[in-house]
Amino acid sequence: MPRRQDLRHVLVIGSGPIVIGQACEFDYSGTQACRVLRAEGLRVSLINSNPATIMTDPGYADATYVEPITPEFVEKVIAAERPDALLPTLGGQTALNTAVALHDAGVLDKYGVELIGADIQAIRHGEDRRAFKDVVARAGGQTPRSRLCGDLAEVRATAAELGLPVVLRPSYTLGGHGSGLARTVEDLERMAAAGLAASPVHQVLVEESVLGWKEYELELMRDRRDNVVVVCSIENLDPMGVHTGDSVAVAPAMTLTDREYQAMRDLAIAVMREVGVDTGGCNIQFAVHPDTGRMVVIEMNPRVSRSSALASKATGFPIAKIAAKLAIGYTLDEIPNDITGRSCAAFEPALDYVVVKVPRFAFEKFPAADPELTTTMKSVGEVMALGRNFTEALNKAMRSTETAAAGFWTRPDPPGVGLAETLQALRTPHDGRLYTIERALRLGAGVAEVAQASGVDPWFVDQIASLVELREAILAAPVLDEPLLRRAKRAGLSDRQIAALRPELAGEDGVRRLRHRLGLHPVYKTVDTCAAEFAAATPYHYSCYDEETEVAPSDRPKVLILGSGPNRIGQGIEFDYSCVHAVQALRDAPAAAGAAAGYETVMINCNPETVSTDYDTADRLYFEPLTFEDVLEVWRAEDASGRAAGGPGVVGVVVQLGGQTPLGLAQRLKDAGVPVVGTPPESIHLAEDRGAFGSLLAREGLHAPAYGTATSYEQARRIAAEIGYPVLVRPSYVLGGRGMEIVYDDATLRDYIGRATDISPEHPVLVDRFLDDAVEIDVDALCDATGEVYLGGVMEHIEEAGIHSGDSACALPPVTLAAAHLEQVRRYTEAIARGIGVRGLLNVQYALKEDTLYVLEANPRASRTVPFVSKATGVPLAKAAARIMLGATIADLRREGLLPATGDGGTVPPGAPVAVKEAVLPFKRFRTRSGRGIDSLLGPEMKSTGEVMGIDTAFGQAFAKSQAAAFGSLPVAGKVLVTVANRDKRAMIFPVKRLADLGFEIVATAGTGEVLRRHGIACEIVSKHYEGDGRDAVSIIEAGEVALVINTPQGSGASARRDGYEIRSAAVAADIPCATTVPGAAAAVMGIEALIRGEMTVRPLQALHAALHASRPPHRTEDPTTRR
Amino acid sequence: MSPATAAGAARPAVLVLEDGRCFHGEAFGAVGETFGEAVFTTGMTGYQETLTDPSYHRQVVVQTAPHVGNTGVNDEDDESDRIRVAGYVVRDPARIAASWRATGTLSDRLAAEGVVGICGIDTRALTRHLRERGAMRAGISSLDPDPDRLLAKVLASPGMLGANLTAEVTTPTPYTVPAEGAHRYTVAALDLGIKRTVVRRLAARGVTSHVLPGWSTLEDVLAVRPDAVFLSPGPGDPATADHAVTLARQVLDRRIPLFGICFGSQILGRALGFGTYKLRYGHRGLNQPVLDRATGRVEVTVHNHGFAVDAPAERVVETELGRVEVSHVCLNDRVVEGLRCLDVPAFAVQYHPEAAAGPHDADYLFGRFVAMVEGVAPRA
Repeated sequence: MPRRQDLRHVLVIGSGPIVIGQACEFDYSGTQACRVLRAEGLRVSLINSNPATIMTDPGYADATYVEPITPEFVEKVIAAERPDALLPTLGGQTALNTAVALHDAGVLDKYGVELIGADIQAIRHGEDRRAFKDVVARAGGQTPRSRLCGDLAEVRATAAELGLPVVLRPSYTLGGHGSGLARTVEDLERMAAAGLAASPVHQVLVEESVLGWKEYELELMRDRRDNVVVVCSIENLDPMGVHTGDSVAVAPAMTLTDREYQAMRDLAIAVMREVGVDTGGCNIQFAVHPDTGRMVVIEMNPRVSRSSALASKATGFPIAKIAAKLAIGYTLDEIPNDITGRSCAAFEPALDYVVVKVPRFAFEKFPAADPELTTTMKSVGEVMALGRNFTEALNKAMRSTETAAAGFWTRPDPPGVGLAETLQALRTPHDGRLYTIERALRLGAGVAEVAQASGVDPWFVDQIASLVELREAILAAPVLDEPLLRRAKRAGLSDRQIAALRPELAGEDGVRRLRHRLGLHPVYKTVDTCAAEFAAATPYHYSCYDEETEVAPSDRPKVLILGSGPNRIGQGIEFDYSCVHAVQALRDAPAAAGAAAGYETVMINCNPETVSTDYDTADRLYFEPLTFEDVLEVWRAEDASGRAAGGPGVVGVVVQLGGQTPLGLAQRLKDAGVPVVGTPPESIHLAEDRGAFGSLLAREGLHAPAYGTATSYEQARRIAAEIGYPVLVRPSYVLGGRGMEIVYDDATLRDYIGRATDISPEHPVLVDRFLDDAVEIDVDALCDATGEVYLGGVMEHIEEAGIHSGDSACALPPVTLAAAHLEQVRRYTEAIARGIGVRGLLNVQYALKEDTLYVLEANPRASRTVPFVSKATGVPLAKAAARIMLGATIADLRREGLLPATGDGGTVPPGAPVAVKEAVLPFKRFRTRSGRGIDSLLGPEMKSTGEVMGIDTAFGQAFAKSQAAAFGSLPVAGKVLVTVANRDKRAMIFPVKRLADLGFEIVATAGTGEVLRRHGIACEIVSKHYEGDGRDAVSIIEAGEVALVINTPQGSGASARRDGYEIRSAAVAADIPCATTVPGAAAAVMGIEALIRGEMTVRPLQALHAALHASRPPHRTEDPTTRR
Repeated sequence: MSPATAAGAARPAVLVLEDGRCFHGEAFGAVGETFGEAVFTTGMTGYQETLTDPSYHRQVVVQTAPHVGNTGVNDEDDESDRIRVAGYVVRDPARIAASWRATGTLSDRLAAEGVVGICGIDTRALTRHLRERGAMRAGISSLDPDPDRLLAKVLASPGMLGANLTAEVTTPTPYTVPAEGAHRYTVAALDLGIKRTVVRRLAARGVTSHVLPGWSTLEDVLAVRPDAVFLSPGPGDPATADHAVTLARQVLDRRIPLFGICFGSQILGRALGFGTYKLRYGHRGLNQPVLDRATGRVEVTVHNHGFAVDAPAERVVETELGRVEVSHVCLNDRVVEGLRCLDVPAFAVQYHPEAAAGPHDADYLFGRFVAMVEGVAPRA
């Protein structure tokens, strides 16, 4: 069936900010969908509040709305755009829930919008657990015994009947949020209450535990002719009990016979038909009893999911792209398989390799959180690796995660842990469990014993046991000869792992030299969907130590772009965005002297969620770990294949756009002869070296906060005395503000130094003067080889300095800075860029205090804010940076039109819209060991997982949009709970007065209330702590009385964390907006005012950018950026 | 536990193709020497069914899925009474059997049945070679590591073109597989290399199968008083299967309903007057998309054929037995995958509706067969 001719205009809903359980896999799927729909000649409108996505680049849709994904705003977009159809299956649960809400509210009917790719009944069947159980039964399958409960009494009765442990699953929550295993009566009470609260329909499923059963997922696609294919089978190495997002996952399934696999496939297809997913993808999860084979269906997602992104990357079968085509009427047999170029999409991929996904956690960021893995997803990212066997893929995946340990044996064992304790530890799932399995085997446990303790299938355990045997062989060999080294490499061991076992080889470099001397290099195989049955047209490669390589020769100049690896807090989709832009810019680069147009772009990355690892993005894709060894070998293979074809080979390697991961490799790559382009590694080092950077600032006459370096408390105390409290302390050489704290007194300093030496014993502690109450400013700028500087954008943070820039909301253009300040920012930035020798992007953070601008830090690389700035100003900074790295000048790019002909982001035209970036925080995901919520207080250490953008004509509206997008809307009426630190009482009077004037009821704790009353603000006084009468701060939040919380903590550091902790965690648990700083509260008030005035409109980026460009003069006259 | 991957215990083995390409690996299964036609299969599950499928007789099977043997072997999944492949090529054999149904490891079973294999080679490189150069003769030796001596033996071994292998795989004596539940029909199943699941699927639909040796005559067939005749899958070149083709003609002449699978489909094709030809490297896997031209629906099907029927797909053909159409084609390469007679009660598919191993999408064809026998459905 050809595509439907009655559809001309489709609205696509994205998934919003990156949160745990919903990450950039939906940018990947949404981007594919938008491309497909536009290629089919349809008009595409898009709504997504996440500026860091590729899909919100204006080129991917006809009208791109960076607006909150709430039913209200989507309705505004529908009213403005009047699409024929809404495609909600590619934006995760957010999009699906929004579509259901729009349907239920009658909006779709009102505007005559057809839901495509899904129908409401199918969504309800898939998501409503009771309905789903019936569906499975009708399809002839089984589900775990269970009952859906609407209150605590029902939960108790059901648990008594099924017997503990039981699983609790709240209905309609993201990524399994709120679900978990209740082992005890206490667990049951606490988790059921939380689950009922988390569920929008106040229902919790209480279910027979299938803990420890084998876990599988199938990814299916169905077209409107009822053709169904199973794209991929996935087996979770971690058995049931660990959320699939937190499990080590393997594709294809490894431990099923054909009989069992086909029974699963038959049931999956029957369930999909019964649910009524008419077209598109779905994912079905199964549990299989390891001793009896009893199979139960756990759940299904009637949409594209994280697993389908993984399956797409694992097989080369682009599920989202095909789902979009199916949604507009094509059938599977009409869609070509673009990997082979000759077969069609109506088939099931055959793999001749093994895929392993390993989750990436961030428990180090939330030390109070319980690290046990449960059915609530806690990982913040994942990596995927491919190998010709399981151990190869496993070892590659483990080193891809970029954790402290880079695979087995690369870190010393925890001291004094014996076999009994190790086996005991295996009984509780935790991050790093693979290491525990290996240790148990090494300490002498048998395969069966480890399998029994961990619930991991013996086959996987035996594979790890084979590595333990290999380790013994490597340790025992008199010399590491070619056959043994080859065997080690075929098992997937890195040079670094081997070096750890053979110290006489002098480290990783020694192993590599030996390996190269023996002529041992990886070869590259192709992901082709068909196990080599047909020739592949798409160069999607992975390494292995087999015989034959499949890298095709090419004489074009090649550029390698190193991606950013797994998402983690501080390094996420923003960097993938920049990498993808680099690919686009370099592929499309116009012909230069003596060279044809365009470079051949080669992407290296290991994150399956991303757009960069779509085989359609770069000319060639290498799905490889971003370690020195793996990158060096790709470079070698690509360079050799280029030269063999008579071309120049690799002319550049881009390391500046993928965040810290590739940047950390820059120097070693350069030293190994790899042509690293952009800011030289030495210059990068200059910016990181305090002494050298300090001299640069001094030379240029730029201010910086006073600082010192301490290796003992005494030293630190002397420095603090000299520069004055408060001081900002941090271990040197850490990322993302890890371990960074603001210290106000000696006692806290002593405590900190004691802890910091644990964090990083080999490095000293940096002690900086902390600028209290300063305004923090972030700048992204470009600098070319001629020293010309282009200010991309100047952002003013809403929270004061001291909150990590990644967690702070910010506004562009800066909303309170004077022209003189901006001039100063320009002068400083130019001096730093030239002083460092930046070729490409530079991010500088400043603090403005009492009219003095201080340089906090400079990072000569793409920053997290590049996509936000690019979207807000309509200028693709990362594309420009990539071109500059390969030799273009800013003047060239202005001529080409990639940069504006005149002006830059430091001189925003009058009337330009205001964009506000807001961070999204994951506190709700985590619980302490005792089951309490963790603190939501912000500080110098970054905690956010993602961000949103609100854009509008004025700050209030933009801020209100950002809040709506990040947290749900700000309230327009109700009670505001105010409890602020003494130092903030004065500053809080005006905002609170304004709220009272706007009709809010004010509730305050005693001290705050007294000050407010003295200023004529009526307020109810509640006690700060629980006092038994039910009118304390926490109780009224939990009772749902409060619409907004304003709480700034008393004191500092650890004591501040204690102050108000219960209030903040109650607000987080109840999903109530909570301002923890004075400026944050003031911004909230402005947003509330805008909401009350009803000024919220929507406008596509295309229109905003056109207005911005039109307001810039077309010619270069009196351009401030040319003044040097 | 297999010695193949245990530390230091590997015995070298070599695989040589008739064009001289050589792969060095380690012995897997029995130690020895073996010869056959090298073919690859892309199935990711069901190695036990594959190994025991008589259609793989005299073939050296290359498994493209790297891990083989993970679930060991069991007493339930064999498709015939023994392993049929001439040789087995895998990359990474399992060291243990991990399945609640397993009764032993694959390597032990291969060794016990004297099946010579090789592991640890670049199976993808071998597969690509076969794809580009076509299926060809091969030898595996774990006795003599010299490729040149092995190549000489490979070149002296028989090829698949022109091979009549029915006698080597068919049952020597007739046997009966009763219907499950109520008996509805009796089928004479000509065993050209039949799989157990085929008769099981028939039995599940109330069919009692009389499995007859491949040399059975029309009289033998009629002696079981069949409601229908089934032509089984099997190995070899259909161009040599003159006896079965003649028998099929006789059955069709008598308007006895006839159904064929794989080799049986090629027999029907020849009986209708079509030729057959050898595919370059064949179809072997569990993921082949086949279009049912009547319904427009696509089935994911199981293939194991090196030969195909040469019939025009785009039109109905007049034959001595009336009109015939190509009912199914493979979407990958448009190879004929099914024939339907419009004037006599007969149809056949080139692929395997019985699956084992593989998806069950085409299982409905057994129902179509029974319906044809029943006479309720319009001619198949």
